[in-house]
Amino acid sequence: MNSLRKRDLKAIVISLIVFAIIQGLISSEFLDPFWQLNIIVICINIIMSVSLNLINGYTGQFSLGHAGFMAIGAYTGAVLSVNFHMPFIIGLIVAFAVAAIIGCLIGLPTMRLRGDYLAIATLGLGEIIRIVIMNVNYVGGAAGFMGIPKTTNFAWAFFVMLFVVFFIKNYVNSSYGRACVAIRENEIAAEAMGVNTTKYKVLAFTIGAGFAGVAGCLFAHTFYIIHPSSFTFLASFNYLIMIVMGGMGSITGSIAGAFILTTISALLSNWPELRMSIYALLLIGLMFYRPQGLFGNIELTSLPIFRHFKGGK
Amino acid sequence: MAIMLKMDDVNVFYGAIHAIKGINLEVDQGEIVTLIGANGAGKSTTLRTISGLLKPKTGTITFEDKIISGQPAHKIVEFGISQVPEGRRIFANMTVMENLELGAYVRTDKNGIKEDLKRVFKHFPRLAERKKQEAGTLSGGEQQMLAMGRALMSSPRLLLLDEPSMGLAPLLIKEIFEIIKDINKAGTTILLVEQNANMALSIANRAYVLETGKITLSGSAKELSNSEDVRKAYLGG
Repeated sequence: MNSLRKRDLKAIVISLIVFAIIQGLISSEFLDPFWQLNIIVICINIIMSVSLNLINGYTGQFSLGHAGFMAIGAYTGAVLSVNFHMPFIIGLIVAFAVAAIIGCLIGLPTMRLRGDYLAIATLGLGEIIRIVIMNVNYVGGAAGFMGIPKTTNFAWAFFVMLFVVFFIKNYVNSSYGRACVAIRENEIAAEAMGVNTTKYKVLAFTIGAGFAGVAGCLFAHTFYIIHPSSFTFLASFNYLIMIVMGGMGSITGSIAGAFILTTISALLSNWPELRMSIYALLLIGLMFYRPQGLFGNIELTSLPIFRHFKGGK
Repeated sequence: MAIMLKMDDVNVFYGAIHAIKGINLEVDQGEIVTLIGANGAGKSTTLRTISGLLKPKTGTITFEDKIISGQPAHKIVEFGISQVPEGRRIFANMTVMENLELGAYVRTDKNGIKEDLKRVFKHFPRLAERKKQEAGTLSGGEQQMLAMGRALMSSPRLLLLDEPSMGLAPLLIKEIFEIIKDINKAGTTILLVEQNANMALSIANRAYVLETGKITLSGSAKELSNSEDVRKAYLGG
């Protein structure tokens, strides 16, 4: 237990150093506004991929509607800021709550489905959420919602991301996380061992949806305008690619996947058609040479080299 | 002897298919009872109904004077019934130790869990040797041992075994059945489903013969292994 705390402390110190370096680069204007924005987007995408990984990677429930929950959080946060003049932190909390509640309501029936059926159901639900938003005039409908204060800066994005990553890391290492992995490995056996499978599946889906809502709220306050077309099926698919690339069942992998793919798409932003081709080639290559993803289900901290650094065995 | 488990006129359906047709069955405390029958007779279905993976349409199942039919599977584990599912269904990507720890998922008494871990390693010394190995890399026999050890980790009073001999070499089957006997001697009541009727009858106290969802014969294992009908149908002459 004590050594675990020590490890957490070290991770926090390293994170703070990373933060200080990047913040320094931003303050000294070494990074131009385009890259400043992209760093925030990377943080948001990490929240999305890590929370999706809890559902897809750890619990093994193939969800394809993650962008839908992001949209819920984005619009909830935007409405609270613009129409109710709430502080940003309240927006984040309420965005989490609303997305989580809707996630739970959707999860209760859909988590009884398996495999392909679940994928189709969540895919449909993600689209339904988007289309409902598109038809609600109160939030601007298809024209989008404008005038959102640009509150999200690097510090907000980074520390919210850090919180989410630590929360999910601790969750998957708890007995709850064990139950999730047991469900992924073999649902019938898990049930026969006394794991309440429905409860843990819905719980993972709820938490994942809630954090997608938080990411949505950060997203809305980054861009001044949000638009239903930002939350299509393709967006959900993009997050799925991140976790597949990084390795399902590895938090380090999700972070790496989000970082790499967001960086690539930023680098190629001037050649959008090239971007999709390179994505495709990357994925094909990955499936050939490393089908389990960059990290498989291994965490950076459990690699031998890291253990050596820490003086452990 | 006290009746531990009682199935009273239980009917189970898969959609429109009537898989179990009014089964009455009893297991007394301390016994080994076996359920034999051909493929598709409903043996596994009966076990899955007891463990709560399937719900009976009518009829009741009582365990230690409590009605358990209709309860979800995870609740039934808490009542003291543990199932070794057919085809083992171990957690292949976890280590042997992690598999065993998951078996104790519903328990909170740390000392009791430690005791039971020792007990499992005594029954299955080979699992102790392979504690840290990934379960998917074990041989078929070892996986069966792991599945049984995992089920024992919830400290069940009734153990349900579904086809423990499936896909194993004859020598290994013998070993597994010896262990089943040992587990029973140590105080766990056992309900065993088996296609290998010879082996099952050799260790059981009583047996039921299942045919297309109905119990057609029942009695002591000795009686049944001497019965002309059973010998012809299930024991190879």
